[in-house]
Amino acid sequence: MRKLLLFLIIIIVGIVFITRLFYLQVYSNEAYNIYEDNAIRKVFHYPKRGYVYDRNGKLLVANQPSYDVMIIPREVEPLDTLEFCTLLKISKEDFLKTYKKSYNYSPRLPSVFLAHLSKEDYAYLSEKMRKYEGFYIQKRSLRDYQTTIGANVLGFIAEANQKIINDDPFYKMGDLIGKQGIELSYENDLRGIKGVKFIQKDRFNRDLGPYKDGAFDTIPKAGKDITITIDSELQAYGELLMQNKRGGIVAIEPSTGEILTLVSAPTYNPNLLVGRKRSKNYTRLYNDTINRPLIDRGLLRMYEPGSPFKALIALTALQEGVINLNTTIFCRHFYNYGGKKPMACHCGGGKRDLIKAITHSCNSYFANAYRKTIDKYDDANHAMDVWSNHIKSFGFGNYLGYDLAIGKKGNIPDGAFYDKWYPDFKWRATTTISNAIGQGEILVTPIQLANMTAAIANRGYYYTPHIIKNIEGQEIDVKYTTPNKTTIDKRHFEPVIQGLFDVYDKGGTAWFLKVPEIDVVGKTGTAENFTTIDGVRTQLTDHSIFVAFAPKDNPKIALAIFVENGYYGARWAGRIASLMIEKYLKGEITLKHMEKLVLEKSLEEEYAKPYSGKPFTINQ
Amino acid sequence: MSLNRNRNFKFDWISIILFLLLVGFGWLNIFSASLSGEVTSYFDFSQPYGKQLVFIIFTFALIILVFSLEAKFYERFASIIYLASILSLIGLFLFGKTVSGATSWYTIGSMTIQPSEFAKVATALAVAKYISDLQTNIKSIKDQLKTVLIISIPAILILLQNDAGSTIVYAAFFFVFYREGIPQVYLFIGFALLVIGVSSLKFSALPTSIVVSILIFIHYFFIKKKRKSILNPIATVIACVILSFGVQFFYTSILQPHQQDRISLWLRLEKDPEKLEQLKKTILYNLHESEKAISSGGITGKGFLEGTRTIGKFVPEQHTDYIFSTVGEEWGFLGSTFVVVLFVLLIIRILYLAELQKSQFSRVFGYSVASILFFHFMINIGMVMGLIPTVGIPLPFFSYGGSGLWGFTLLLFIFIKLDSNRINEW
Repeated sequence: MRKLLLFLIIIIVGIVFITRLFYLQVYSNEAYNIYEDNAIRKVFHYPKRGYVYDRNGKLLVANQPSYDVMIIPREVEPLDTLEFCTLLKISKEDFLKTYKKSYNYSPRLPSVFLAHLSKEDYAYLSEKMRKYEGFYIQKRSLRDYQTTIGANVLGFIAEANQKIINDDPFYKMGDLIGKQGIELSYENDLRGIKGVKFIQKDRFNRDLGPYKDGAFDTIPKAGKDITITIDSELQAYGELLMQNKRGGIVAIEPSTGEILTLVSAPTYNPNLLVGRKRSKNYTRLYNDTINRPLIDRGLLRMYEPGSPFKALIALTALQEGVINLNTTIFCRHFYNYGGKKPMACHCGGGKRDLIKAITHSCNSYFANAYRKTIDKYDDANHAMDVWSNHIKSFGFGNYLGYDLAIGKKGNIPDGAFYDKWYPDFKWRATTTISNAIGQGEILVTPIQLANMTAAIANRGYYYTPHIIKNIEGQEIDVKYTTPNKTTIDKRHFEPVIQGLFDVYDKGGTAWFLKVPEIDVVGKTGTAENFTTIDGVRTQLTDHSIFVAFAPKDNPKIALAIFVENGYYGARWAGRIASLMIEKYLKGEITLKHMEKLVLEKSLEEEYAKPYSGKPFTINQ
Repeated sequence: MSLNRNRNFKFDWISIILFLLLVGFGWLNIFSASLSGEVTSYFDFSQPYGKQLVFIIFTFALIILVFSLEAKFYERFASIIYLASILSLIGLFLFGKTVSGATSWYTIGSMTIQPSEFAKVATALAVAKYISDLQTNIKSIKDQLKTVLIISIPAILILLQNDAGSTIVYAAFFFVFYREGIPQVYLFIGFALLVIGVSSLKFSALPTSIVVSILIFIHYFFIKKKRKSILNPIATVIACVILSFGVQFFYTSILQPHQQDRISLWLRLEKDPEKLEQLKKTILYNLHESEKAISSGGITGKGFLEGTRTIGKFVPEQHTDYIFSTVGEEWGFLGSTFVVVLFVLLIIRILYLAELQKSQFSRVFGYSVASILFFHFMINIGMVMGLIPTVGIPLPFFSYGGSGLWGFTLLLFIFIKLDSNRINEW
């Protein structure tokens, strides 16, 4: 026993030591991560974020340097807080609050203490910063907009939030990430790759030189420049025309699906969301619930399309063979389908064939055509599905698949939809007759309607609309270069287009909107709309809607325009369409009088009506 | 008998190989821990690694000297060596140099010598000499007191020079005495002292006293069969209570603040967050950095000269007391375990050889060597890994420092010399 005591103790101590080593080095040791090693200083070099050019090569978005004060909480030594706060122009409460937030994020990783110093502040601070252990200045690049237009398309970048940082190791606290528009859609191309230098530190936080002679250092890789399909001049003109109005303009090049303009009004200046004032401005824009400038109306607003939809009713009826060019009806200013009240028609009445019906937007004719389409099959449910599939082949009723991250499906009813709607009732064509004139259960977004126009312009197919034209010579996604065929045969398009062309003729609904020397094909639309004021459903002035493409042969531009509460289709939307077409195809405006009228018209008074608290009249 | 039984070549090669491995590996780590900038010469005397290399070369001269002397020399001259060592310790009060609070060094030119490192050798020789004396009976109280006196003189001198760490090592002789036959009760008392001492600090003296008293009385009244006088348990209780309050008094009134802090951290006594925060930046900082360096090594380590925390000199005193953290960071779990195993093997080898000795002097000395090395090994690595309170003593053969290296070399090689001579011991 006496001989064994020390021997045993030695063995036990040996085992305890090895166990402790195992615990420290194997069990509780996470895989070595150089980013977590506080013996190594990480100096990030942010790459140039890719520039954005418009389709004509005009620079829209560039970069400007920005300087952030960074903090590594654990390395902060006691400091003269008062002096420090004075330097940074912050209050002591801010100091403590930010310090705590950074500490909670990570005591050993850098986070942003104060973002976006001005250049003057940077020059002054960069000398003084050495005095404060644990703080340093990080250079980044911010966006520098060369334009004031297209905020809804260009989007913006902002600091990556905690969730993004947790999900994607690429992003560190304080990194910027695209949040909307093309900044979001093409983040991976635009962002480039951060460069990092690893520097060995000693415990006094002094640099000893590159870690392993820079073997792990990487150089920053610049982000790719991208070219977008937007024509910035047309976009600017569209935004100008839409001043003091609400709504959207979507213009697409039918032969490619390229989005030429995507105007949403009201909008904002993209420069507002850059730099130190960013969050203040963002909050202001976000909280503007009346104008809602952050909502892209071209992509997000769903409307009843109204009369432009009649073109599709005609096409489906032709495709189903229930009407032909010789089918006529006699319009008596209404269409009696057996309901409580007949459907009114404002076409002027008389004998209507297909082309005339389109030109005069005859409700009776299309109610009849729709009814025939649905009544072709004994089973209304099946008939509805057939009809619905034709409509959906134009890109309605689902996300279009364009390369902007926001959108709405819209709604195109099918058999199942009405079975659910009328569970105990045998619904028929007449039950859903409103669909015939683009109302009822149909909801579309402006970009869907523009896409429909492009499909008609192409006589039966469309390319998925997209905003990307080119990423440094790289091919764009094949889905944007593959045509999507509609279910309508090509031969049915010509008569419909003829009818739409005659809209601009004498007697058509847009006869006063003719563009000199250009064959424009278009259709007016007017959609009733309602709001709720003090719990009472109240009708507001109709939305003014217009779709058009031009020229008639070999079309270069297809448009959909919504002007909220603009009254009848030709009034504002139609005028804007003519101006946009002339601007795009001729590069100059000869319709000076029309331009003046549009520019001077403000609908603010109209928009103020529901908020005025007084009774008001509509459709004046 | 064959050639290798030649009296000049019977040295225990296993011990010598283990020694060489430790010294060699130790130097590599000192090199890494003290490296800064370019290496001009491995013998660069302005750098710790250069100095240590010179020390190591001198060590071989020392070994040759130790081997060339008659084995009997150490036994015969033990008393004189001991006296000389005591004198060298006393001399420190007059000529000593103070480094970080401890007056433990003589300065000779650019060199410093720490006599306390050699005093261990002298004390081990003296203890061996005294116990092996035919007149000494370790079971008698008088001789026990005399032996304790032999180790107390250097221990107290060193304590007075403010080097508490080195003093604690003298407790290692307890194992020697125990092996040589002091009564079992001392082991029990020693253990009880430890338990009562620690619990008095952790739970404070009064509750400890009460619990201990109750236990003693329960033992007396309910468990013990033959009851002797009631005075026995009462005396024990009184002793325990005195001990308990004594320890508390010692902790609060005699220990210096930095020593208190170390113990309070180890026992988690400190609750005041501000004070803890301050401790984290001082004492705990070393420990934290050391643990972190070891931990960051992982299984295989970051590689020789690749330890980021070693390069950045994050662990203070890394080439001396905290040298093991370099091993941990650069050589990982495998390297650290290797070092622990080397030490365990060496100490057990010495223990084994000690038991083989026919002369009691050699055996007691061997036992002393094993105990002293073990204490250093246990306290140093235990401290670096945060298992026991911070005590500043070197890791034998590993830590930077000439005196320490030579002191441990003398201990080991005098014993190897004695061992080599064992067949002549009749």
